[in-house]
Amino acid sequence: MLAELRQFFAERSVLEVETPLLSHTIGTDPQLEFFTTEYCLSPQRQTLFLQTSPEFAMKRLLAAGSGCIYQIGKAFRNGESGRFHNPEFTMLEWYRVGFTLPQLMDEITELFAGLFREQSLQETQRVGYQDVFVSYTGLDPLIFSYQDYCVFAGESQIPEAVDICGHDHALWLDFIFSHKVQPHLGENALCMVYGYPVCQSSLARINQDNAQIADRVELFINGVELGNGYYELTDAKEQSRRFDRELAIRQQQKLPVTVKDQRLIAALESGLPECSGVAIGLDRLLVLLSGSAALDEVLSFPIRRA
Amino acid sequence: MATYSTNEFKAGLKVMLDNDPCAIIENEFVKPGKGQAFSRVKIRNLKTGRVIERTFKSGESIEGADVVDAEMQYLYNDGQFWHFMVPDTFEQYQTDQKVVGDAGKWLKDQDSCTVTLWNDSPLAISPPNFVDLAITETDPGVRGDTSGGGGKPATLETGAVVRVPLFVQIGEVIKVDTRTGEYVSRVKE
Repeated sequence: MLAELRQFFAERSVLEVETPLLSHTIGTDPQLEFFTTEYCLSPQRQTLFLQTSPEFAMKRLLAAGSGCIYQIGKAFRNGESGRFHNPEFTMLEWYRVGFTLPQLMDEITELFAGLFREQSLQETQRVGYQDVFVSYTGLDPLIFSYQDYCVFAGESQIPEAVDICGHDHALWLDFIFSHKVQPHLGENALCMVYGYPVCQSSLARINQDNAQIADRVELFINGVELGNGYYELTDAKEQSRRFDRELAIRQQQKLPVTVKDQRLIAALESGLPECSGVAIGLDRLLVLLSGSAALDEVLSFPIRRA
Repeated sequence: MATYSTNEFKAGLKVMLDNDPCAIIENEFVKPGKGQAFSRVKIRNLKTGRVIERTFKSGESIEGADVVDAEMQYLYNDGQFWHFMVPDTFEQYQTDQKVVGDAGKWLKDQDSCTVTLWNDSPLAISPPNFVDLAITETDPGVRGDTSGGGGKPATLETGAVVRVPLFVQIGEVIKVDTRTGEYVSRVKE
């Protein structure tokens, strides 16, 4: 699989890069828990972070004029362990300068067609987040109606959602999407869901024609989330604002505090080229390619035996 | 009682849910890459036996249930209550037909069985997987039949009815699998 991936990018003149796993700062996303470690260079001690993804470092390369790049490397997410989660995993991440999101989706389709040629997948599906959400739940994900969401929870055997989610729109979307939508996505096919609600925009740009959605895409096969891509946010000020918002949430929820990655913001200020990028979990990809039932089956030593 | 965080959820863990003691059957970690983590749990209500699914926010805690299994001797049924005793301590427990349920038809005086206790009162009774019981009533066997094709019904000393081969007679003791309610073999006295 790795050889094939490298071949794919070599043919397209995308440069393989390597960025540090240890960094002086980390993403502010309140949903990602990180590992920290102590860097001892006597007499100083400094806390370093193990990367939850190589995104910031790769964007700094892009801003420095690297052109199209990809990386296959480890990423770390604390507290994630389960059938499809391991706190240390392998990620493929690539950026295409000058690509819009639909162009990147074309390339993803080509990549998967090659990888899954023996599994004879059905034709790739592209669906809007709002459309797919409405079709499985009858709820509009872009407009939060507490009443309607509660009624749906009661009728769909997930009444506990009311207590868990309260008036948090993004949390409701996470709950309902992961329980009632995602399991149906990509039955023996690659399913790309695009146009996420703005409250789940993460590092994606807001759509030019519709301010309610972000140019973000997620990939699913047989209900398993495989990857996440963006038409990348290049606006340093907007990026800085999103960091601030996430830091405020971290403080509110009493999560470990991080600092903004000023080097990323500086890189955006100096100019990130228009580009789209996507990250794919390779361990999960291997699970699907090998017809395994869980991550443990494709990892040499999952965390409890590492 | 201790509380358990979703990270400690695993099959077999006994917890309180909606004021009923429950046993976790399966726990699935659900987390969108950029979203909230949940624990999707399949759980059995130990009172009703019903299996339901329930989701918890990752990191949430719930109360453990004081549920233990104890080996006990079945003493007698006084018509209203069933009585059991812990052999080592002679401590006695009584419970009604609702708790004993189907297990009752396999219990003979002095036999041992597993009593599930919740807050020290019986919640469920499980008979041994195999019990030896005498036949009190069955049609006479057909001469020459050694293994039996269709079999015939036989009533056992506890009142249970099982299908037995044609050659088995009244008064004989047979071994029965209580999980399936099927005849296994004759038992030599």
